[in-house]
Amino acid sequence: MPDRYHIHTTVTPGRFHRVGKFGGVDWREDCARCSECVKPLCNYEVHENETNHNRDPLAAVQPLYECKACFSCVQGCTKGLLSLSVNPEYLDMGDEYWKADLIHSTWVQADMGKIPVSGAGYRGPFHGPGFDSIWTDMSEIVRPTRDGIHGREYISTSVDIGPKPMRLVFSADGKMVTPPSHLLEIPLPAILDIPAWPVREIGVALARASAARDLQTMAVLFAEDAVAVPDRDIGSVVPILSGEDIEKRRDLIKKASGMVQLLDGPEVATAAAEIRKLKPRAIVSIRLTLRPNTADRVVELSRQGFKVLHLCADQHGCERTSDGMPGRHIKDALREIHGRLVQEGFRDEVTLITSGGIALAEHMAKAIICGSDLVAVDTALLVSLGCRVCLNAHSLLIDGADRQSPESRHPECPIKSAVSDVPYATRRMVNLMGAWHGQLIEVLGAMGIREVRRLRGEVGRAIFREEIEKEAFGDLERIPLQRVSA
Amino acid sequence: MTTTIADLKMRNGAKFERLGNSDYPQETVERKVRPVPDRYRNAIGKFKVDRLANCIGCGKCGEVCAYGVHLKPEGFKYTIRPKDYLCIGPACLETGRDCVSQCPEKAIRVRLNPNAECLGDPRWSSDLVLATWHMAETGHTPPPHLEYRVGESGGGFDKIRFKFEVDGSESVTADVDKTADQQLEALPEIDTGLELNRRNDNRPRIHIDIPVYGGGMSFGSVSINTILAKARAMTAWNSFTCTGEGGYPDRLKPYDDHVITQVATGLFGVREETIQRVRIVEFKYAQGAKPGLGGHLLGDKNTPDVAQMRGAVAGNALFSPFPFHSVYSVEDHKKHLDWIKEVNPRCLVSVKVSTPTDVDMVAVGSYYAGAHIIHLDGSYGGTGAAPDIAKKNIAMPIEYAIPKVHKFLAAEGIRDKVTLIASGGIRTAYDALKAIALGADGVVVGTVEMIALGCVRCSTCESGRGCPRGIASTDPELVDLMGLDWATQRLINLQNSWREQMVSVLRKLGLPSIQSLRGRTDFLCYLADE
Repeated sequence: MPDRYHIHTTVTPGRFHRVGKFGGVDWREDCARCSECVKPLCNYEVHENETNHNRDPLAAVQPLYECKACFSCVQGCTKGLLSLSVNPEYLDMGDEYWKADLIHSTWVQADMGKIPVSGAGYRGPFHGPGFDSIWTDMSEIVRPTRDGIHGREYISTSVDIGPKPMRLVFSADGKMVTPPSHLLEIPLPAILDIPAWPVREIGVALARASAARDLQTMAVLFAEDAVAVPDRDIGSVVPILSGEDIEKRRDLIKKASGMVQLLDGPEVATAAAEIRKLKPRAIVSIRLTLRPNTADRVVELSRQGFKVLHLCADQHGCERTSDGMPGRHIKDALREIHGRLVQEGFRDEVTLITSGGIALAEHMAKAIICGSDLVAVDTALLVSLGCRVCLNAHSLLIDGADRQSPESRHPECPIKSAVSDVPYATRRMVNLMGAWHGQLIEVLGAMGIREVRRLRGEVGRAIFREEIEKEAFGDLERIPLQRVSA
Repeated sequence: MTTTIADLKMRNGAKFERLGNSDYPQETVERKVRPVPDRYRNAIGKFKVDRLANCIGCGKCGEVCAYGVHLKPEGFKYTIRPKDYLCIGPACLETGRDCVSQCPEKAIRVRLNPNAECLGDPRWSSDLVLATWHMAETGHTPPPHLEYRVGESGGGFDKIRFKFEVDGSESVTADVDKTADQQLEALPEIDTGLELNRRNDNRPRIHIDIPVYGGGMSFGSVSINTILAKARAMTAWNSFTCTGEGGYPDRLKPYDDHVITQVATGLFGVREETIQRVRIVEFKYAQGAKPGLGGHLLGDKNTPDVAQMRGAVAGNALFSPFPFHSVYSVEDHKKHLDWIKEVNPRCLVSVKVSTPTDVDMVAVGSYYAGAHIIHLDGSYGGTGAAPDIAKKNIAMPIEYAIPKVHKFLAAEGIRDKVTLIASGGIRTAYDALKAIALGADGVVVGTVEMIALGCVRCSTCESGRGCPRGIASTDPELVDLMGLDWATQRLINLQNSWREQMVSVLRKLGLPSIQSLRGRTDFLCYLADE
């Protein structure tokens, strides 16, 4: 049996202040000390744990938030002294994209490294913008490729990065003219990207590199951070370079992974040539800000020979437009770009990496369905360390342009506790990606797809709301919402 | 208030013929509505009534309140703690009998209950949970301050309305003001029954009195009391419940005629005799909440009793494979169905599938393979345990699948030869009616039954000791939290309330039967955002 890719996770409880959804209110002064107290009966020992926590002089002064809101104690108390309320601090977390539930789920995944499993059905809105308007398809009973849970170990999540010639060309005397292709194969369709905003703590960058090594993938780092990465991990680093950097980063380029990134600009061709002089087999990827006209630029760069393109959306997964307003979501932009490359006839030669707004495991699958080869995970890694996305994430973009901005971290930023302990931060990042990998396999298994490479651009394996709604409800009379009586 | 409907025999549903193959003495359960209060001491309502310290105990509030919130029993010096779950909130101001303004000391305050705000989610809003509790408690339509028809998910059934709801020409809550007797008088006018066998294949034409039956929940995922209560309630309503994939507990035998044996991919507890004793056998190919994945029982809930029933080892997590590895074509599928039909020559066969893009093809294939019932389970359905990613992202919601399959079966010319059942997100009587208007013949429910039994959707059914409220647990101590009689009556009441609402809507639409609503999308409209 060939070696199977497995992400080894380790339970690593977060060291930051956890914000929970439910807060208990207990009118203790009215307690009758009756013999039917409901607190010892709690299925989760919430009251007992809280009492012990409060008595512990060394414990942090903060609630434990262990309540699952089963209401057993609230409804059972003989005097009705207990009640619950939704914690406003919880509702304050994140923004309209990085919602509190999403942040909380990410924390749990980073704690445990497991696929989140729960009882009861789906609880959220029927659909939403962006990725929330896509359902992945599944195969029912009559699909021979379908192999179910027993074949799950054999589902491949590997992807190739690099130029892929469509055919080999030989000279008249039988020698191969096509230059040999140097592909980087990574076993996870995700690389670890720089955060959305300038987190200058080197600890986060080092943890990313270390996690990338453990995951056998790559981590994108600014060159000035990359030089601090220990030799053990440097082989997993993709440094971001600019033209003037190249000469002074010769050692880094040689030691780093087989890929480097260049910020898009007029001089990328010259810079790429210089890099290849230093490291002939280096894959040069171009980092582009996703804009409404990115498809044109992608085609242009592909024609120039740049076959690995990293598209950076904003943190809500939207294009950046000239008026500063969010543009289309990456699901739409990717479908356009993928379609253009197919039309131009060189889609299979190009590797598209997408970042920005990849917040959940399902986003990884859906971005690939829409046309990306792999994704780059950014803000989710910070969230795994306790980040609550308290900045206005929508205005920040991971194209490197903001990296000289002044430090804007809150003095109580929860990830500060993580940056001094790289192994801890590494474990949480690995756990998160382990949970994502497991979920990707669940989805691939349900779809009856045996390798993630085959998922790219496979819109036939997805259900788009706009289309299915027209098909299902097209013959219903449409009435403006306002006409509905309260 | 006790309302009897024992004299209610459905016109077409009065043939309670003894069709089952069971040799076990069958029990009957009385179809009668009785009030069943919450089994916890402090029921939760939408509003919270605070009595402040300056209350002088005059009892005026008890005199004016028409809903029984305030009580000052004979000989008591003070009024007892308000039963605020009965309070109707600000709407009471219009009655002129509200406690807040009538209190001489201004010692009463009414506000939204923070507990109620912690309940629910967009799909099952707090109001829907509370309204379902009300239906289970009283057996009748909830009061107007609770939204009992739609949730807050912003799509699907929550964006579809019957046109009469939108035009405002008639209030659908008008029934609330009528007495129960008046409602009963109107009930026999409408037939809510459903024929399940349309194939004319010499197998029994099984009739159920309501277009609803209970979804599969295995022993292990839920408690024995939950299973029995579901079976007893559906016996009362001459309908069905389903075993799920956990085997056939002996205590279900008295209700064999109203039980569907499920044959799922793990074949847990499936034996020839469990197939032979029932009137319907269901093949579960997939489940809406986790399409493309098998069943999932975490190790903690696999107690010795559960393991014995399933022929497994206690404490181990049990996964069912996906799919049936013996079925990769319609021919294989037919072979499966033939097997069941051979084992039980008098049963009907139902095929439960989830909702991929090609669900219409699957449905047609199932018909040609010999299925009597095609059961579509939409992706927002319930589960005892499933990966969160599967609940939301795999396969389409049932609202999309019903019209797709209905139209395809009609185009194929076989729509009237097969019964189409929808499940996976049918939360209310209105959801059921909309599903039927979109093209289904009837619906299967699951989560709403759990809510009626007191589920608060805390989503912790899957692990540890299971449900802290004793519904979805096999822990002996927790199971005892819910009595069988109480649970049975709650479910009988729920179905009575649903039937009242169905009759009310059908009457408004001028239709004589639930079957005449099928596919009538002209009664529906879609709420557009623009």
